[in-house]
Amino acid sequence: MSVLASAVFNLNHPAHTVDWEFVHLSVANVVVIGLMLIVFVLALVLPFPGKARRAAARRGERAS
Amino acid sequence: MSAAPPPATPASKSWTVRTRERAVDALPPEKLLPDGQPTYVASWIYVFGVASIASLIVIVVSGSILALKGPAWWHYTGVGHFFNSIHMWGVELFFFVMVVHLWGKYWMAAWRGGRTRVWITGAVTFLVAVPTALTGYVSQQNFDAQWIATQAKDGLNAVGVGAFFNVLNFGQMYSWHILLLPVAVVLLVAAHVLLVRKHGVVPPFELERRKAALTAAGAPGADGSPHAATAGERS
Repeated sequence: MSVLASAVFNLNHPAHTVDWEFVHLSVANVVVIGLMLIVFVLALVLPFPGKARRAAARRGERAS
Repeated sequence: MSAAPPPATPASKSWTVRTRERAVDALPPEKLLPDGQPTYVASWIYVFGVASIASLIVIVVSGSILALKGPAWWHYTGVGHFFNSIHMWGVELFFFVMVVHLWGKYWMAAWRGGRTRVWITGAVTFLVAVPTALTGYVSQQNFDAQWIATQAKDGLNAVGVGAFFNVLNFGQMYSWHILLLPVAVVLLVAAHVLLVRKHGVVPPFELERRKAALTAAGAPGADGSPHAATAGERS
């Protein structure tokens, strides 16, 4: 398994980094930050399951 | 002939009675363990707080097992590797969802409506979680731990804490990691959750403005208190 993993991920080199002025980040950390931003945006725009059903139930309660 | 009236309640009650009364006043059972949430909570952005707690539970349970079994187990056995990985990825997930939770609450200005202490306990939890993770990385008992410790010592010495927080001292770092800092994180999270229960989940800006307008117009039930703002919005 470790042989297979090493064939997929070659770690036998210094870490790749992103450098901009004083900013010095590993690519792995940049990927994690990017994923957090994507998840944050998705959490704002994706509909929550059952939200329409709850709202309809509430409208029904008010109407009755 | 009527029975004698019951004795008047003494002015000075015992400390247990006073504590109980203050606790129930601050957090009555229906607030402490509610059976419904405001409809605006039905959004993915409100999920990340409880996701942080779920990952913290995974971290504490897997960390307790690692502490019981010891470094030889987590380095040299398959099950040990498994729990070591669960613990490490639990921490990754904890910070991931905690940061998204922090961003969400920042842009909601979640300190509104008397929720300053909710915000502060959350922010302090994040700050305390950072050294909790660092002490874990330097407690691994491998070359990775040695590398991180020798890199961290210069920064910590530069800010003057190296004399009593020595990252090259495994025993000291391990004590910080498995007792002092986790207890601090768990207590802070407990305080944070109790404060959320007391003040309620922060409403969206628009809902707060609407409630404020109703209060100004003298509408019944719109007294502007945090829970009055959500009373008619239960799901």
